Formats: sequence, structure tokens, C-alpha cells
Amino acid sequence: MNLDSLLPNLGEWLRGTGPESDVVVSTRIRLARNLADLPFATRATSAHKTEVIGRAKDALAKSDAALKLEYIDIPSMAALDRQFLVERQLISRELAGGLDGPRGVAFDPTETASVMVNEEDHLRLQVLRSGFALDEAWQDIDRLDDALEHRLSYAFHTQFGYLTACPTNVGTGMRASVMLHLPALGLTKQIDKVFRALQKINLAVRGLHGEGSRAFGDLYQISNHVTLGKSEAKILGEIREVIVTILQYERQARGAIVKERRQAEHDRVARAIGTLGSATMITAEETMELLSAVRLGIHLNLLDGIPVTAVNQLFIHTQSAHLQKLAGHNLDGEERNSARAKYLKTKLRELGSHK
Amino acid sequence: MKCQTCDNPATVHLTDIVNKKKRELHLCETCARERNLIPEQPGPQIDLKALLSLLTTPHAPGSTGAEPRPEPVATACEICGMTVAEFKAAGRLGCPHDYESLRSTLEPLLERIHRSMAHAGKAPRAVRVRDWKKQMQVAVAAEDYEEAARLRDLIRRHEA
Repeated sequence: MNLDSLLPNLGEWLRGTGPESDVVVSTRIRLARNLADLPFATRATSAHKTEVIGRAKDALAKSDAALKLEYIDIPSMAALDRQFLVERQLISRELAGGLDGPRGVAFDPTETASVMVNEEDHLRLQVLRSGFALDEAWQDIDRLDDALEHRLSYAFHTQFGYLTACPTNVGTGMRASVMLHLPALGLTKQIDKVFRALQKINLAVRGLHGEGSRAFGDLYQISNHVTLGKSEAKILGEIREVIVTILQYERQARGAIVKERRQAEHDRVARAIGTLGSATMITAEETMELLSAVRLGIHLNLLDGIPVTAVNQLFIHTQSAHLQKLAGHNLDGEERNSARAKYLKTKLRELGSHK
Repeated sequence: MKCQTCDNPATVHLTDIVNKKKRELHLCETCARERNLIPEQPGPQIDLKALLSLLTTPHAPGSTGAEPRPEPVATACEICGMTVAEFKAAGRLGCPHDYESLRSTLEPLLERIHRSMAHAGKAPRAVRVRDWKKQMQVAVAAEDYEEAARLRDLIRRHEA
């Protein structure tokens, strides 16, 4: 697969078209699976890992549900291409650079499904859906899991369920995460309260690119901790319930902003657009923060002429590897900041007017 | 010290050795993130190593916790050789069989992490079929032929 062909696409997770997409950016479910007769990564030799890849490729080639998934070898891939796939949410940072030995990823051109091979577990199946779509994502991944299991013998224990390299994943092997854009809860200083409540009920919260109470671009991923002792449906149900509540809080906070400080917010959004359209050097973090303000401005009807999908495209195309792919060559930190500003200026000019 | 790519104070200091030559990199957090040199940190999560150390270190009565403690006697997995001490150090298991061979270490750990020790979710097709066959035998013995027929059809569908 030529990765450059993915460049014009938004990628499933930033399509911005799914249910509740004013707040929910995307839904992701991953399943950790291991082959019954081979050691986990800590004990696996290069020959073991090659064997895992061979079996995985064979299963992918023969499974109806996985026919469209194309396998790509990671070690032979350029560092920039690996980073590009990380930014696309198709592979983990670990698979890109933190691990060594034979490994790879299979994914489909629509970027909704991927299978990482020889990450922490032999197989890490993943399905991405735009917006709030836990049920659809589960149906997709369940089908993919069944199709691969038809050809592979998974490590399964009647008491412990699907066996994984780390006991934190054993049982269902499932991590379901929902990415939310929560700028209003950030602005109204209620985000920490939400986090504390989530931790009490055993759900994990993290940013897109880091930790702390305020993630870059107000993007937060909420996912389950517990993988053992509950069915997949129960885990998904618990997450769904929590997300619905957070959705209400965020929308209430947005309503309060419009009611109590519309003018100040309009000014903040206008300044964000101004900076994005006129800076000559800008970091990825600042871009994400400003685009977050723009995205909120669109949903609060403080801006027109800029569709959300365009904001999403700016968000992904201003990430480090995407910028370099667009430029056609590697750029150092300073060059990237300059190229990012230039790209934003051009794109915003194309998009034209705003209030 | 200033960041090597901008004038902000350097807060990330990296050293690596390539071909016996030491290279140093001093960056501010922003530039380090730009270069993806700061690993993605999950939010508050279970510190598995800390938990393991808590669970596998025997508590001597009256000990302060500051004195060195003897390592627990390791039971090695007969398939991959993984010991409790190794698992403690790596936080990762060596092979599927470790769940049996290191069961006494794992069970309290699973209880702490998941508040459960028993899987309640999906199972592979072969396991499901085996369970349905057992249930079908029970249904036949109880003369519940409707249930037995339902299970028979389910088995046929999944064995096809």
C-alpha cells in the first residue's frame, strides 16, 4: 500500500460525521489476542515473531471479514511513515519505535480496521469509528475477531479468558475508548471534577498526546480499566452511560458560555482564527489549542464559512509527520513550525470568510 | 540551560551512545514533543510493578518497610522458564502457560486490578461449541427437547 494515497483522506477518526460528533470525535475498540502455542513478546525469539506474522498474514488472507486488510512490514518502513501511521491512529507509538524485531500492521484503505502484529500481544485488533458508535465498533471487531479465530488458535483459559502478556488486559482483552472534545468543560473549569468522578468508577482518562488535566486541543480519551469479570456488553454499557452524562455536561457548559459570555468567547474564537491565519511560525500544540477554540466557535454558531471537517483536516495535516509528507521531505522543528504556519495561512485563505 | 532549537529553558535532557560516542540533546518540552521524544503517558493507571511488589513481598511483623526483604521463592514456568521475580521486574508474562504456573501470584493481582478472577465475556468458537454440547446433554437428560433442539441448531451453525 502506498501511504501517500492516504494523505488526502481525513481518516476515520477525524471524519467528524458520526453520531454526537459535536462532542464525540471517535470511538475505538481494541482486542488483545495471543496464539496458544507461542511465547509472548518478552520470551519470543525473532523466529517466533516471524511465525506469528506468517500465521496472521495467512488468517488475514483467508478470512472474509479481513480480506481488505493489507499487511505492511514496520521495520522496513521509514521513520516518517511510521510516525504518519501513529498520527493516523492506525498503530501505537510502541509498534512504531518502542519495540524491535519482526512486526507489522494490516489495515484497510478506509482506515476503520487495523491489526497490529507483535505489539505487546501477538495480535492487537482495532476498529475505529467516527463519532459515538460503540455498538457498531463492537459488531465490526467481533466479526473480525471471529474471522481470524476461525483460522488461528487463540490462547484462552476457561477461568481467565483470553490470555494476554500483561494481566491488566486479560479476560476480554478489550479496551474501548471514546475520544471527546471538551472545550467548554475546560473553559468553565469543570474538567477536573469530571476526571475525579471517572476515576472513582474505574475509567481511565488521557489526552491525545499526553497527560495532565488539560489535554492538547481539549481532546480526551475515556476508556475502561477492567477487562476481567465483566462481559464485553457490560463494559460497553458502563462506558456508554458515562459518555452520555459527559455529553450533557459539555453541552450545558457550552450553553452557559453562550448565555453568559458570548462576546468574550466570540473574541477568543476570532483571535484564534486570526493567529492561525497570520502566524509565521506555530507549534503543533498551539495549533491544536487554537483549532479547539475554532471547533467550539463553529458549534456555538460564532463562525461561519468553516465546516468542522475542514477544521479536522487542518488538525491532522498540521501534525508533524503529515506536514513532512505534504512537503515531500523531512523538516526539522523550526522548519515544521514555519511550514505549519504557511499551510494554515493558505488553507484558511481558501476557506474564505468568517464572522 | 537553553533549548537547542529555541530559546526556552531546556527541561528534557537526553543522552545516547552511538559507536562509543556520547550524544546529548537538551530541549524544552514543546520541542521534545515535536520530535516525539516524550512518550505518550496514560493518565492515572495501575502501576503494575508497584502493585506486584506490594503483593509478592512478604510483610515481616514489625518491619518498617525500609529494610531489604528476601525475594519470594520463584516457581518457574515449565514451558518458558518465567519466574515470579522476572515477572515482577518486567511486569509482563512469558507465555500463556504462566497463568497456570504463576497462578498463586496472579490470582491476588487480578483480584486487585479487576476485582474479579473469573472471565465473563466472549469465548472462542470451539469453547462455545463445547459448552453448548454439555448444555445439550443436560437438556436431553431433563427431557427438555425444545432446548436441546435449539442448542443442536446452534452447534450445527457454528460447526459449519
